Amino acid sequence: MPAAQAPARQPHPFTPQPWRDRRIEIILGNLLRIGVLVSAAVVLLGASIYLSRHAHERADYHIFRGEPSEYRTIRGVIQSVVSGRGQGIIQLGLLLLIATPIARVAFSVAGFAIERDRLYVAFTLLVLAILLYSFLGSGIGL
Amino acid sequence: MNVLEFTAVVAIVSFVAGLLGSLTGLGGGVVLVPLLTIFFHVDIRYAIGASLVSVIATSSGAAASYVKEGFSNIRIGMFLEIATTFGALLGAFLATRIPTSALAIIFGAVLLYSAYVSRKPRTLAERSLPPDPLATRLRLNGSFPDLEGRRTYNVQRVPTGFSLMFGAGALSGLLGIGSGAVKVLAMDQAMRIPFKVSTTTSNFMIGVTAAASAGVYLSRGYVDPGLSMPVMLGVLAGSLLGSRILVKAETKSLRLVFSLVILVLGLQMLYNGFWGKI
Repeated sequence: MPAAQAPARQPHPFTPQPWRDRRIEIILGNLLRIGVLVSAAVVLLGASIYLSRHAHERADYHIFRGEPSEYRTIRGVIQSVVSGRGQGIIQLGLLLLIATPIARVAFSVAGFAIERDRLYVAFTLLVLAILLYSFLGSGIGL
Repeated sequence: MNVLEFTAVVAIVSFVAGLLGSLTGLGGGVVLVPLLTIFFHVDIRYAIGASLVSVIATSSGAAASYVKEGFSNIRIGMFLEIATTFGALLGAFLATRIPTSALAIIFGAVLLYSAYVSRKPRTLAERSLPPDPLATRLRLNGSFPDLEGRRTYNVQRVPTGFSLMFGAGALSGLLGIGSGAVKVLAMDQAMRIPFKVSTTTSNFMIGVTAAASAGVYLSRGYVDPGLSMPVMLGVLAGSLLGSRILVKAETKSLRLVFSLVILVLGLQMLYNGFWGKI
């Protein structure tokens, strides 16, 4: 059957340049790693402040109360970081962590634009729009 | 338990979950939510919030090492992320509206399914399938390093895979997990993507999918700093260690043990859900 043989031999109608793809991917991979390490460091800093102040309180997560607004919005988190609260700094680290994959998608738009791959610029912009809608539209930015 | 003891114990449990999750490739998040709810009596909504955050950390932390191996396909990843992020938004929307006992039951079902998938022998993807016109137009076909040089592959059944990915995203947003089991179903079984390409691509998609629902969770007050801190740091440390040590000989028995743990936790979640204990 010639049809079964064809795919391995024939060049793909569109051949992504592997070296360029790989270079962009490696840069993006490192970006993600740095983002994670920075946010983990911020969380650790917040943890040390939080534990030094609240170590002997009772830990109870049995009843769901929902977080106060200072840990639910970007503005609230920044205010509680400024006032030096450990939980606020932890929450800042978590916000940075959530922002890391969003930044990765934003940089991918540029990567596909460099390759002049319009279809994937459009796809990536769509993913970015969904992420930003979720991140900012959920009331977090207030 | 006081805060210090609680933090230490949760950090250790999360570390072990992250380590086993990465060694077996089954992911740590899927066991964390049941462990936190069943043994630490954490409300399932707080547990989901903390797990979701840890999922972003492991996925993003491991991405750099996966990328260097040259297996992941960024086009497949980005295309399918359209489906997973939409699904994740829907899942997060539903999570705030359905009762926690229903969450526990769905979670239990997903755990049982994950245990089943992890025991099923892997079907070997056929070597050379004819190119699918839609996959070709979407530029999803690719190649990866093999023993005999680079091996090309042709992606199949794009619409089926895309719809399954929407479901995977919805479960991820609903339950705060990576939903690796459903992603495997979509990429291996439906789209016939080679194993290494699908696992590495799925890993890098997981972080983006989780980020789509994390904002909703955070703004709804599901992400508690005191709980998320030991979970995120523990899982991250465990999975980073897991990706460095290669215990190939042990992986098979580890997978067996881990899937038994998943099975037991799944039954427990179903029981708690049906009897209204969660």
